[in-house]
Amino acid sequence: MSTALGDRHENYLNVDSSVKSWLLTTDHKRIAILYLLAATLFFLVGSVFAGLIRLNLMTPYGDLVQAETYNKLFTMHGITMIFFFLIPSIPAVLGNFLIPMMIGAKDVAFPRLNLLSWYVYILGGTFTLVAATLGGVDTGWTFYAPYSTVYANTNVIVTALGIFITGFSSILTGLNFIVTIHKLRAPGMKWSRLPLFVWAHYATSLIMVLGTPVIAITLLLVALERGLHLGIFDPALGGDPILFQDLFWFYSHPAVYIMILPSMGVVSELIACFSRKRIFGYEFVAASSLAIAILGFLVWGHHMFVSGQSVYAGMVFSLLSFLVAIPSAIKVFNWTATMYKGSIAYDAPMLYAMGFIGLFTIGGLTGLFLATLGADVHVHDTYFVIAHFHYIMVGGAMMGYLGGIHFWWPKMSGRLYPEAWSRAAGLILFVGFNLTFFPQFILGFLGMPRRYHVYPPEFQVLNVMSSAGATILGVGYLIPLIYLLWSLRYGPPAGPNPWGAKGLEWETPSPPPTQNFEKTPIVTEEAYAYAPTEAEVG
Amino acid sequence: MSLGFPLFPEQASTIAGQVDMLLLFLIGVSAIFAGSIFLMVILFAIKYRRRSEKERPRPILGNLSLEIIWTVIPLGLALIMFAWGAWLYFAINSPPADAMEVFVVAKQWMWKIQQPSGMREINELHVPVDRPVKLTMTSEDTIHSFFVPEFRVKKDVVPGRYTTVWFQATKPGEYHLFCTQYCGTNHANMIGRIVVMTPEAYGAWVRGGGAAESPAVAGARLFQRSGCAGCHLPDGKGPAPSLVGVFGKPVTLTTKQTVIADEAYLREHILTPGSKVVAGYPPIMPPFKGLLSEDQLVQIIAYIKSLAAEQKAKAE
Repeated sequence: MSTALGDRHENYLNVDSSVKSWLLTTDHKRIAILYLLAATLFFLVGSVFAGLIRLNLMTPYGDLVQAETYNKLFTMHGITMIFFFLIPSIPAVLGNFLIPMMIGAKDVAFPRLNLLSWYVYILGGTFTLVAATLGGVDTGWTFYAPYSTVYANTNVIVTALGIFITGFSSILTGLNFIVTIHKLRAPGMKWSRLPLFVWAHYATSLIMVLGTPVIAITLLLVALERGLHLGIFDPALGGDPILFQDLFWFYSHPAVYIMILPSMGVVSELIACFSRKRIFGYEFVAASSLAIAILGFLVWGHHMFVSGQSVYAGMVFSLLSFLVAIPSAIKVFNWTATMYKGSIAYDAPMLYAMGFIGLFTIGGLTGLFLATLGADVHVHDTYFVIAHFHYIMVGGAMMGYLGGIHFWWPKMSGRLYPEAWSRAAGLILFVGFNLTFFPQFILGFLGMPRRYHVYPPEFQVLNVMSSAGATILGVGYLIPLIYLLWSLRYGPPAGPNPWGAKGLEWETPSPPPTQNFEKTPIVTEEAYAYAPTEAEVG
Repeated sequence: MSLGFPLFPEQASTIAGQVDMLLLFLIGVSAIFAGSIFLMVILFAIKYRRRSEKERPRPILGNLSLEIIWTVIPLGLALIMFAWGAWLYFAINSPPADAMEVFVVAKQWMWKIQQPSGMREINELHVPVDRPVKLTMTSEDTIHSFFVPEFRVKKDVVPGRYTTVWFQATKPGEYHLFCTQYCGTNHANMIGRIVVMTPEAYGAWVRGGGAAESPAVAGARLFQRSGCAGCHLPDGKGPAPSLVGVFGKPVTLTTKQTVIADEAYLREHILTPGSKVVAGYPPIMPPFKGLLSEDQLVQIIAYIKSLAAEQKAKAE
């Protein structure tokens, strides 16, 4: 194919290097890079908050920061990581870059809308950063009323507006992906031939479009109630604080699937490539993404088992929560079965994928504890919950994101990164992550409540272990940041397909030309057709 | 249960052992599943490692019976977890009828507790061992949550409504009381202790508290002072229904709905009487919103409750 172009072919990066060309670009690949820069910035900010939290918890007495500061730190950590890093990370960076290429399109369906989404995201992020510099916000990322609407003395309205604005970026991106996947597939790219990454993003986009308006309305109501005392959530004015929780979790539980589904899509691609095999049970893996997206909307009440919600409502939400666990289990089994009799290479992306399977499995199984009514009563709002959702969001979503970045970095940048360093970083992250978060499960069993600035001294040993792990985790994040930047200048050219992977994105040069393909590809085979062709067998 | 390294807090209530059994079952099932997944991933990664760049494994598209097996088995296990957890949840949420009643009013950042004897405590709750205790709780400001790890019980304390939690302590001793719903700056300092005493020691402790007024007696005085007694005559001949024997019974509203006259209904009715008027009576009661504190409300309700208990005692 186009390998003859060599390293200095015209591509989306070198076609125009002016700042203006970047800020006004409608190329989905350049927009993906813009998102990558912004998301990395938010990740670093969120990590600093996390580091200070862990440092404070080294001792039981809150020696580092005051209670007010601590409360702002965990609030800003949650808000930055969830709304400004995890939710946009894989869809807006990898999804933007890859979906058009994977389906053989020149761009997304609405390129200018795509650029607008980025600006909306930046605007929302700016609001939130302004709120942080004005003194922060201390409601927790959950904004529970009536604390947020009456009692908090911090920048609730500015922060809520920031999240409200950013929500539109999410909605528009989801809309763009849905239309792109429906209308722009290359000839022969049937639904049954779509890479599982695209299926996962299709399911994610449905949640973004259907769920995000609800959080937008909810946060707007919080801001209005705070400003105008409407009496929607405040019982002193005739409102109902539990109503806030229903509205908030109606979005925020599905939001977890916005974070994890794209990561599952990445992992499907990685396992197939580095096992050189078609994904076992392709249809089941694809269908389970949709099942998760749909069932995910019906389980929000499991966040409210001790809120005073009716016992019978609790039973219904518990049962539905168990049902949503099944499609996730199906995925894990199918990935594992894909490795059976494969040809497995230990490149860095595969290490991340295997790390994902391990950590996501623990995260998913501990979710069952929280879905089990009688068990949840004890561990609810303790460190058990913190450990559980970090296994899902960091162990799952973040490992998938980094695995994806490592897999497609040669495609995005045209360069290879140092192999040994990348494998070492993967292992350091895995060890650091487990040391940080596994002790928190035990802290939760023992009864340590979340969001505590000081704690009884008997919990100190486990907290010190957790903080030590966080240090290792921090090193694990820093190493890839360094060698990926290094590779931009010093990395050897990657060539179009360094992994021997299947998929249309690998059939075009690295970095790809602005139009992605020289001519529209025609798809004649299933996804992951790694098997020898008849000619090769014969 | 004793482990070298403590995994759970001490078991100090009748429910604690049952919760731990369920947790151990969940840990066991999780360990088996996670263990087999890890083992297979590692085993396959080693056994099928790429030996040559030319390797092209034969494709295995899938296997329907495997898909069915690994859907049905986890589903079955999930249903067992669900049923066990729901059964226990019911027990945790069903206080026995003869439970000792304690009132809890939470506020930023303290627990205000009133004993049946009328004694008040702050951030401490003294209870006798081996006797069920039911807490009726509300909040004066934001949402709090009442958590005693050694008892394995937890319930949010919500402004504008009553929630209840109950336990039966099994061991004298001192246990943690934590607020587990984030409630502002000093959330982490909204902690206290539960002191479980032998019945004799508890009796002595209550007597030592002096001649405090019980909530029902204080409520009776408020009932007079707030003007309730002028209309709610005990013989039912006033412009408002008699409250004797009403507590816990169904009442019919003007909307033809029937509601149980429990704490939540009485509270709502005292604060905003216009919303649910009892059939056959004119809607003349003034709202008491803003006129009564949470503590006073609890006392009036305790008085109305005591009227029902007196009537029952007379009937027997």
